[in-house]
Amino acid sequence: MEYFLTDVQLEIKELAHRIAEEKVRPVVHELDESGEFPWEIMKVLADADLFGVYIPEEYGGLGGGVMEQLLVVEELSRVCSGVAVSYAASGLGAFPILLFGNEEQKEKYIPDIAAGKKLAAFALTEANAGSDAAGIETTATLDGDYYVLNGTKQWITNGGEAEVYTVIAMTDKKKGSRGASAFIVEKGTPGFSFGKKEDKMGIRASATRELIFNDCRIPRSNLLGREGMGFIVAMKTLDRTRPGIGAQAVGIAQGALEEAVKYSRERVQFGQTISSFQAIQHMLADMATQIEAARALVYATARMIDSGVKDFSKESAMAKVFASDVAMRVTTDAVQVFGGYGYMKEYPVEKMMRDAKITQIYEGTNQIQRNVIALELIKEYASKKR
Amino acid sequence: MKIIVCIKQVPDTTEVKIDKETNTLIREGVASVINPFDLYAIEEGLRLREEHGGTVTVLSMGPVQVIESLREALSMGADEAILLSDRAFAGADTLATAYTLSKAVEKIGAFDLIICGKQAIDGDTAQVGPELAEMLEIPHVTYVRRVHGIASGQITVERMTEEGSEKIRFPLPGLITVVKEINEPRLPSIKGKMRAKKAEIPVWSASELGTDPEKTGLQGSPTWVKKVFTPEQKGGGEIFEGEIEEQVAKLVRRLRETKIV
Ligand SMILES: Cc1cc2nc3c(=O)[nH]c(=O)nc-3n(C[C@H](O)[C@H](O)[C@H](O)COP(=O)(O)OP(=O)(O)OC[C@H]3O[C@@H](n4cnc5c(N)ncnc54)[C@H](O)[C@@H]3O)c2cc1C
Repeated sequence: MEYFLTDVQLEIKELAHRIAEEKVRPVVHELDESGEFPWEIMKVLADADLFGVYIPEEYGGLGGGVMEQLLVVEELSRVCSGVAVSYAASGLGAFPILLFGNEEQKEKYIPDIAAGKKLAAFALTEANAGSDAAGIETTATLDGDYYVLNGTKQWITNGGEAEVYTVIAMTDKKKGSRGASAFIVEKGTPGFSFGKKEDKMGIRASATRELIFNDCRIPRSNLLGREGMGFIVAMKTLDRTRPGIGAQAVGIAQGALEEAVKYSRERVQFGQTISSFQAIQHMLADMATQIEAARALVYATARMIDSGVKDFSKESAMAKVFASDVAMRVTTDAVQVFGGYGYMKEYPVEKMMRDAKITQIYEGTNQIQRNVIALELIKEYASKKR
Repeated sequence: MKIIVCIKQVPDTTEVKIDKETNTLIREGVASVINPFDLYAIEEGLRLREEHGGTVTVLSMGPVQVIESLREALSMGADEAILLSDRAFAGADTLATAYTLSKAVEKIGAFDLIICGKQAIDGDTAQVGPELAEMLEIPHVTYVRRVHGIASGQITVERMTEEGSEKIRFPLPGLITVVKEINEPRLPSIKGKMRAKKAEIPVWSASELGTDPEKTGLQGSPTWVKKVFTPEQKGGGEIFEGEIEEQVAKLVRRLRETKIV
């Protein structure tokens, strides 16, 4: 479908595509097996200026928005979603600073993130606080000019690899969800260490790790926004990055479709290529149609966000839910088209199916997203906006 | 350092066909790319600039569509690009190409180093680099796989030979041709692409270069392509052992035997 991308967007998409084909594809299998962090590829993305596509020019970026970022995520994800999420998670860590940081904080942290010299990460989840983010137990206590952090964050993408972490911690437990605050914590700060690195089903090239804060003292000036704004920072950030998960899902699904079409034209059974069976043709047709619908929704949402409208929680949730469900269905069908070969690691689609699953889980499970969408719907009807 | 990199645009395939009538390459309908070996030349130029400062100028002779390849070189980080294009240049063999390039280099003025790829994948002659150096009367070293350093007006390089390698130091200005072992060419960056898109690429014609019409294009090309084939691999050679006098005696005897002398 024609999405009327701008010249710059086309350049970004093309370059990301080229990097995915030339630098990522040859090592996809190896990265999936070893689970090693793809630093070389991060360097290539940095040199290509792709870490700065969504960052304003005044901080060394290219001045684009969510749309530009999505194009990179989608193209990388088409080849390796583990690489794509490592790239995207840096944006997840940077957005809180871009959205809520003061001038000094932005000037200090954003240019290096835009240049890809430093990766960022975002830390909300804890062992006892997943969907119920308000249940976080990590605390930040003011002590003179410092906040003292204590607690453990779990499953943090880019954990250990990133230099800059946005961390949500409780500054006032009594206030419940209004008692959380957001902080910038630098790697290497005394009292900040890394725990267990997870062995995952998919997106294995990405690093998912524990962050441990043990009397970690950070300057008071590292508070983002005001005390008590922690969950607002988190929610506004996630609203903005969820279409990125949608783009990740679209990329995986696109990759799977391409493999399935190619394979169906090569595999011969009953004396003919399996692509001549209508059962296979219809499966491919449904895969392609769903992907296009998902892509259209994801792009439309990104453009809506970039246009500067204020509220887009519902659309952002829809883009994430729809695209990730599509990715799961499409990759499952791709394995079906491959038959037994699809189940084998020698063929590319089983990895895509494993990778697709995470898109239904992180940045808010699809159940939670449906809650968000439904709540917004009911609110809209209640206030008789329609 | 002022570095000049000469690049050629070639068809994006090794299966080029020959026009039976004119015995030249058929280029229509084939996508064009920068000659792969020239990408290593551009990369080496950029790396030397990063190390020693200065500028990288990319030079190419060809039809106007070569501008696209020059833009790609700019998007990788080259400072400027110049196209040599004129109907009078068409049908040039390596000699006429080298002559035309030499006139452009003269027009550019002072420079320190010219870098070329070891050969073009469509012609495979590996002649333009050395010919250009001869015309400019500067030293050249071919098949360079490593630049060890540049200091006090001299460059030290390692060149590949069939048997191994040679380390050579020679004065600048000079010319090297490079092999793929020398580096890994970078991809363009988005900022580079944006810059390249807007860049003015001057096109120098025969009159601007003041070229002699007898020496350019088809007229200036004594080469006549009869047939294209892969030559047979040469034998391993023969090594004479013993004291130096002994070796020389053996060699002379051998040269007489084979009627070379
Ligand atoms: C690979 C990976 C990377 C991650 N990266 C990051 C990161 O970088 N930063 C970060 O902060 N977090 C990260 N996470 C955490 C992720 O966002 C959480 O896993 C997610 O929010 C879900 O939380 P949970 O896993 O604790 O599931 P739970 O909340 O325990 O949910 C379990 C099940 O119950 C359902 N459920 C829960 N509550 C409700 C409800 N109210 N209504 C209906 N259903 C409900 C869920 O949908 C789910 O099916 C990552 C997770 C993974 C697996």
